[in-house]
Amino acid sequence: MIRLIRRNAWVAGLCVLFILLAVTTKLIQPDYGAGDFGSLMRAVLPYAFAVAAQTVVVIAGGIDLSVAAMMAVTSVTAAAMMNGASESHALFVVPFVLALGLCLGALNGFLIVWTRVPDIVVTLSTLFVFQGVALLILDAPGGGAAEWLKGLVVGTVPIPFLPESVTAWIPKALIVLVICLAVVWIPLRRSQLGLSIYAIGSSELAAFRSGVSVARTKIAAYAIGGLFAAMGGLSLTLSTGIGAPIPGPYLLASVAAVVLGGVALGGGKGGLLGPIIAVIVLRLVRTDLTLLAVDPNATTIIEGLIMVIVVMLGAFLAMRGRTR
Amino acid sequence: MLETTGAKKPVTTNPILDATGVAKNYGAVAALRNASLSVLPGEVHALMGANGAGKSTLVKILTGAVRPSGGRIQIRGETREFSSPGAARRAGLVPVYQEPSLIPDLDIASNLRLTRTPVEPFAEWVRELGVNDLSLGATARDVPLAIQRVLDLARALAAEPHVLLLDEMTAALPADLAERVVDVVRRQSAAGRSVIFISHRFVEIAAMCDRATVLRDGETVGVLKIETGVEERIVELMLGAKIEKARGVTHGARSTATVAGPPRVAVRNLAVGKLQDVSFELANGEVAGVVALEGQGQDELFEALAGARKPSAGTIEVDGAAVRFAHPADAIRAGLALVPGDRSEALLMHRSVRENIALPFSAPFRRWGPIALRKERATVTAAIERLQIDTRAQREVQRLSGGNQQKVTIARWIAAETRTILCFDPTRGIDVRTKREIYRLLRELAGQGFSVLYYTSELEEVQHVCDRAIVIFGGRVVDVLPVEIADEAALTRAAYGLPRQSEVAP
Repeated sequence: MIRLIRRNAWVAGLCVLFILLAVTTKLIQPDYGAGDFGSLMRAVLPYAFAVAAQTVVVIAGGIDLSVAAMMAVTSVTAAAMMNGASESHALFVVPFVLALGLCLGALNGFLIVWTRVPDIVVTLSTLFVFQGVALLILDAPGGGAAEWLKGLVVGTVPIPFLPESVTAWIPKALIVLVICLAVVWIPLRRSQLGLSIYAIGSSELAAFRSGVSVARTKIAAYAIGGLFAAMGGLSLTLSTGIGAPIPGPYLLASVAAVVLGGVALGGGKGGLLGPIIAVIVLRLVRTDLTLLAVDPNATTIIEGLIMVIVVMLGAFLAMRGRTR
Repeated sequence: MLETTGAKKPVTTNPILDATGVAKNYGAVAALRNASLSVLPGEVHALMGANGAGKSTLVKILTGAVRPSGGRIQIRGETREFSSPGAARRAGLVPVYQEPSLIPDLDIASNLRLTRTPVEPFAEWVRELGVNDLSLGATARDVPLAIQRVLDLARALAAEPHVLLLDEMTAALPADLAERVVDVVRRQSAAGRSVIFISHRFVEIAAMCDRATVLRDGETVGVLKIETGVEERIVELMLGAKIEKARGVTHGARSTATVAGPPRVAVRNLAVGKLQDVSFELANGEVAGVVALEGQGQDELFEALAGARKPSAGTIEVDGAAVRFAHPADAIRAGLALVPGDRSEALLMHRSVRENIALPFSAPFRRWGPIALRKERATVTAAIERLQIDTRAQREVQRLSGGNQQKVTIARWIAAETRTILCFDPTRGIDVRTKREIYRLLRELAGQGFSVLYYTSELEEVQHVCDRAIVIFGGRVVDVLPVEIADEAALTRAAYGLPRQSEVAP
């Protein structure tokens, strides 16, 4: 048990931070309830998927600046396809959009491998390309979403053997998030591909020499990133009921949560849980600051400070742990 | 010939690996012209050549890291083309590279899973190679470098390759581990496996190799059977001209007049890292050797002297005055500069030879204004000429051979007129010819009053360059041997903390 905590010290630290923030929230706003938590989770959903997309790519030693743009493309695609269509049509739309995300991500990866242009440049240019594509599909927010899909992220579900006072705190949005991430991440983590992603992020040369196909692994990592981005795009359409062609603030938020989540920007280190908790923490901080009626312009300053302090503190503790 | 079964192992004349006419061009530069290598089953085959002869290129081609521009590679009579290290591995050719190739952020178990190496045989080989306390859960980054190399070898052995390729396997290993490696390799060949062994250490080659292929300027210039006295022939082939026997070459330059006054550097009761209480002096015009087994604190000693690490106790004196280095710049200002064994720690790999040599001139932060280019150029050119640096590929230091890179590091400090050079295993993985040039250069410098502290993991070097050998063991200086008696045997005994054998009258 101690060993488990030690190995996941960063995640444990984030959990503590989350609990502290939750307590603070309750103190600031004594009537903060399950409903508020539900809407927080709904707001977190697109951020969390953006973070997941970024995490996979960063672990593989890359960076994806086109995350938010991919979300915009997939969001408007879904909204445009479902606009006025039947409820059952959505059953076809969802896999199509996910596949689209996978392809966009793979395109990023392929361009990086094939042109040998640095990832940051390639994904910066695809950022602009995808932005344009999104506007071509829908030149203004619009489209629609199937009702049953919208219902997926609203409210709670009764879980057998759990009293309602507990299930009230488990919003559907959280369940959807956990399932979507787990379905991709857990098999990946246990596969040779997952291992290879960590390997190329840690040391491309050593991975190459160990017989890993660096090019293929990199493309796969970006493709999985694209898949998560598509989930994020879908979640945007679901929670608003329309598609938004202008990318939201998800790119920088995703990088911030990746850093705060204990994933080394150099690659090879970290997991998915840390960044996901980190993004919830960052959202919760924002909620608290809003509740405290802090000037919204000051909020970003405080968020920035929190990030720097947490990362410094983490590095400091890790250093002390090593010398001991 | 028909396949005849010998008494112990099957003897066939069909080579298991046969590479002929292999060529590789990088743009206009031909790294390999016409290399061939033929390895018989059950043979330990040495691949030798001076730096820049094309050894590493041939290795990269054989292991699938680089595609050849021409030639043919056959494994068991079948022509194969390796498009990746993975393909070479599947064909039964498993390499152990000069630098560890474990993924630093993965634990050992995951590293094994990555290459689909079975754990049981791996663990067995690890024990066999003399490492007993390995945890599979340890992150590769946290494992000492020497052990990582052993793990690399164990991983390669566990894959049961037809041909095992060892590139400078023993270079970074302490003596005891190196011995184990030699032992295991010998047994591998007895079991019918083939090994390609790349090393600069004749002792090891003589101990275990059957034949040697010698490369020079990208061509195979000879295949020799290893027997007594073959060393001279190999060196001859490598250099393409007869050269004098190494031993004693440099002795003529020795015994410079001792300079009066305080010693250049004096270390008193120094404690840093594993070192507890180290004292010695380095005179002007002296080359003092430092000898120690792996991990006795020699790294920390050199880092402390170079200002990269703060000692926890004791003093360092330069020219009789106590100094305290807060930064390597302080040490450099006091005239102490480090030449590390790993060239990449000293050089700006993507910059030119000139910039690398000129770096100390332009580095001082407080010096504003334009760089005095003309003066710089003159100094740099003089240093390049003096060290006979091969400047054909001078636009990027990383394209030079290892030996030439090391020369650039030394040239930098000569150009900066640094009076004390701290050489930490400077000849690691460098060919014989360049090694000798470096020995000669250091002796020359000593003759001009420079002082050199010289740590080496190759004990025979001590008698080539040093005036005496300071032996460190268990955190202390256990002995100081005059060069006359500092042969490998005496140094080994001392390095293990054993007392000197009854002194033999000179």
